Amino acid sequence: MPPTPSHPPSLLDHGLHPRWSIPLLVLLVLLPTIAQALDEGFYIGVASRILVFALAATSLNLILGFGGMVSFGHAAFVGVGAYAVGILMQEGIASAWIAWPAAVAAGALFAFVIGLVSLRTQGVYFIMITLAFAQMLFYLMVSLKAYGGEDGLSLASRSQVGPWLDLADDARFYYCVLAICVLVFIGLARLLNARFGHALQGIRENETRMAALGVPVYRTKLAAFTLAGAIAGLAGALLANQAGFVSPAALQWSQSGMLMVMVILGGVGRLYGGFVGAVAFLLIEEVLAAHTMHWQFGLGAVLLAVVLVAPNGLLSLARARAAKAGRP
Amino acid sequence: MTGLLLLEQSLNGLQFGLMLFLLAAGLTLVFGIMDMINLAHGSLYMVGAYLIAAIATASGSFWIGLAGGTLATAAIGVLLEVSVLRRLYRRDHLSQVLGTFAILLMANEAVRMVWGSQPVALNPPPALAGPVELLPGFSYPAYRLFIIGVGLAVALLLYVLVTRTRIGMQVRAGASNREMAMAMGTNVRRLFTGIFALGAALCAIAGGMLGPLLAVQVGMGESILILAFVVIVIGGIGSIRGALVGALLVGLVDTAGRTLVPLLAERLLGPAAAAGAGPAVASILIYVLMAAVLFWKPRGLFPSHG
Amino acid sequence: MPFLPSRAHRPSTRAAALGAAIALLAGGAQAADQVKVGLLTTLSGPGSGLGIDIRDGFQLAVKQGAGKLGGLPAEVTVADDQQSPDAAKQTADRLVKRERVDFMTGIVFSNVMLAVGQPVFQSRTFYISANAGPSQYAGAQCNPYFFSASYQNDNMHEAVGKTVQDRGFKKVALLAPNYPAGKDALAGFKRYYKGEVVMEAYTPLSQLDYGAELSKIRASGADAVFVFLPGGLGVNFVKQFTGAGLGKEMKLFAPGFSADEDVIRAVGDAMVGIFNSSQWAHDMDNAANKRFVADFQKEYGRLPTLYAAQGYDAARLIDGAVRRVGGKLEDKAALRKALEAAPFESVRGPFRFNTNHYPVQDYYLREVVKDGQGRITNKTVGRVFEAHADAYAGECRMPS
Repeated sequence: MPPTPSHPPSLLDHGLHPRWSIPLLVLLVLLPTIAQALDEGFYIGVASRILVFALAATSLNLILGFGGMVSFGHAAFVGVGAYAVGILMQEGIASAWIAWPAAVAAGALFAFVIGLVSLRTQGVYFIMITLAFAQMLFYLMVSLKAYGGEDGLSLASRSQVGPWLDLADDARFYYCVLAICVLVFIGLARLLNARFGHALQGIRENETRMAALGVPVYRTKLAAFTLAGAIAGLAGALLANQAGFVSPAALQWSQSGMLMVMVILGGVGRLYGGFVGAVAFLLIEEVLAAHTMHWQFGLGAVLLAVVLVAPNGLLSLARARAAKAGRP
Repeated sequence: MTGLLLLEQSLNGLQFGLMLFLLAAGLTLVFGIMDMINLAHGSLYMVGAYLIAAIATASGSFWIGLAGGTLATAAIGVLLEVSVLRRLYRRDHLSQVLGTFAILLMANEAVRMVWGSQPVALNPPPALAGPVELLPGFSYPAYRLFIIGVGLAVALLLYVLVTRTRIGMQVRAGASNREMAMAMGTNVRRLFTGIFALGAALCAIAGGMLGPLLAVQVGMGESILILAFVVIVIGGIGSIRGALVGALLVGLVDTAGRTLVPLLAERLLGPAAAAGAGPAVASILIYVLMAAVLFWKPRGLFPSHG
Repeated sequence: MPFLPSRAHRPSTRAAALGAAIALLAGGAQAADQVKVGLLTTLSGPGSGLGIDIRDGFQLAVKQGAGKLGGLPAEVTVADDQQSPDAAKQTADRLVKRERVDFMTGIVFSNVMLAVGQPVFQSRTFYISANAGPSQYAGAQCNPYFFSASYQNDNMHEAVGKTVQDRGFKKVALLAPNYPAGKDALAGFKRYYKGEVVMEAYTPLSQLDYGAELSKIRASGADAVFVFLPGGLGVNFVKQFTGAGLGKEMKLFAPGFSADEDVIRAVGDAMVGIFNSSQWAHDMDNAANKRFVADFQKEYGRLPTLYAAQGYDAARLIDGAVRRVGGKLEDKAALRKALEAAPFESVRGPFRFNTNHYPVQDYYLREVVKDGQGRITNKTVGRVFEAHADAYAGECRMPS
């Protein structure tokens, strides 16, 4: 619950911070108009892609930041969602009303099964087991020649929503993605401030104590893992639509690593951590790539600086500054 | 003919496994003793291969290249450890992931800046470029035999180092219980730097050995890094013996998977379909192996921690 | 494979663009004031040698035209596809939507081509292929915006198949990478070779160590081996083949790609004696080719490969077509007709397109020899096919 005079702010409160999130939202809504005015319509597509990755990173943050489960196979759930859309479209089903829920279900299902087995392990072994499962899924998709195999699958068109909304238009697709992101964030904020969220964070801090308090630790973790997989599946569906293409490369461990880096960069365990991390990572990439061929070096240097200077991610810098100014 | 096929494949698996061991040995020591996840380990392998190739081309001799490149990479490892990585020891694993990932990006790009995007040629020494007749009617590439030899020699050397020397004792103590080792008077800083330098040298040797077979190119470390992690998890983090056994297992399973499985699949599915399934199944088999080992021995085959 | 495959780096070089570039005049088929070409090719990894050759060949042609194509200043944006269909698609999107190029070219690998094709065609941008010639675009999926200045994937291998058949080899082992061109390759070989195939293997494109496959080849008892492995893959294979001592037991055949100047440079003496097929060789006797080879050697200090020749021809095709429409690039229908007429002097001699926009051309047999100057290089030893079309043209229903 939000801090009030009788309830001082605690580590567990994750408000939506309307003071700066509303202006940000307004900016995001106006972005396509601005881009088109500058005749840089291409960047609407770039913004959509950044938002999709923000969604994927946030889903990882749910289990990694809030649940303390370091999963190195999260990109697999994104990939599974993307493939759900791709395979259905290849089989003739282009409707978003069928394909996107299918992607969510696929992500949830795989997360449930993998979580069922993996969550019995701890520490580095959990990391390796989640990695192993993700790699197995990757190699499975590579071997499926019917759906493109290593070369990937092109989508004939974007998912059909209805005659009133043509997603082929970049701006309309962007608004669709933005709306979904907003809904997910609102949902997550409510979840994290409710009992489930508090229990999850308690498990992150000290599992034994939570078990002693009677919290069903394994079930809570599994529920969170499955939910994260579901959201990741949704992000995958949107990614497939944005790129018009899906390939096994989306499931690789290096993609999971990239998502992890985004979360750590933005701020582990903060509501907007995934969002800030994804935006920062991809924007730095864009800006650097425009100036030099060797942008990866610059990106690495920035990340290293963040690790050394801002140990808890970029958002911790903001919170430190706010704390100094006396704001909650 | 199948007997010879199996023999040849076993030798290939042994060769691959021993090279994996060189990488895994350094990684397991760093992870086991310094408790650090080092994603930049594959970058040392890549930098080592490039330096060996450059010195070999400049001097005209593979051997000078190998020696010079290994020393240079060890020096780079020390430099890296002292300047940046030392600060990450005390941090949590997530920060280490981010920091070493950043170093990985910078290393890839630095190599690209110096040597360009095209792969660099590294040729085996002329004396080893041809086949050797092991059995009547069966020739095996001399160079691969050489790799097996080097791998076994290094394994023996490490065994002697770890079990028969004072430093080795400190390493084992540190892997088993770091605080106690420090309390007993080990100079931890120097030990850590030394371990890192050793790991870097091993990576360089592996890179230089495999360079002529594969390609010396940017990003060559990533694919082998993940296998190295699988190996040390199977073998038990912190144990060199585990790294050897794990690496040999992975090498053999990988090679067996790439030949036996496609043979079976071909009989059932036909060449084109089997071609898709073959390598994929081989790779999946390695992960299944890891899961199986963890299921039976949750801390790996030879856990070093008490 | 690059660590961040989801992001290709930005276009890195632009060729000279003379004159001030003002925005295109709107409306009507006005003449454009420059030609923008997006050259997306493989500049990193084992396939990079091929991409670099295509780029160099293309840019040589532009240079010979004093920085112009078809009389208009040319702006060539070179980008790396990293041999990844994912990264290539994103870069192609950028080139087509942001840079708004008039022509796209350069892709080496067919799997990348198939990923990039759709968005390029949908944006009504012409794609002139300097290498990739997938069978999909030759047959059922043929597209008015796709033109191949190179060949159709099967052809080279058909020529080798016929050669192997004619020379009486009875047992052949086949090896190709597991991607569209690899499958096209072995399909093409088997179309003309009627003997026994004792082994047929497909390897992942990323695989560089052929130890397992060489064991199987040895065990198969073949007397000839046909291998399609482009660029760095071919280099590795030939080195390992020689290292395993298989050269004494069986004869190695390859299509032009696996035995061209780049592989010869890397492998050396072990290449002598390999037969390969190609639609072009640097010793071909026509004016355009003599000029090309001489200028290429002067500019880059090495002999051109087949890829460089194709890149050069692609640029000259664009040059001829733009000249024929008088610079009116907006009129897509006219530009298409101009391209179909192939109004240029190819380094291969006479050049014409089939109904599916793939070339109808001759294919020659080459042998790797040590020439008079002690150089190891390809020598044309015969002609295998004359005016050969691809096997898929019949399936193409090109919309008019």
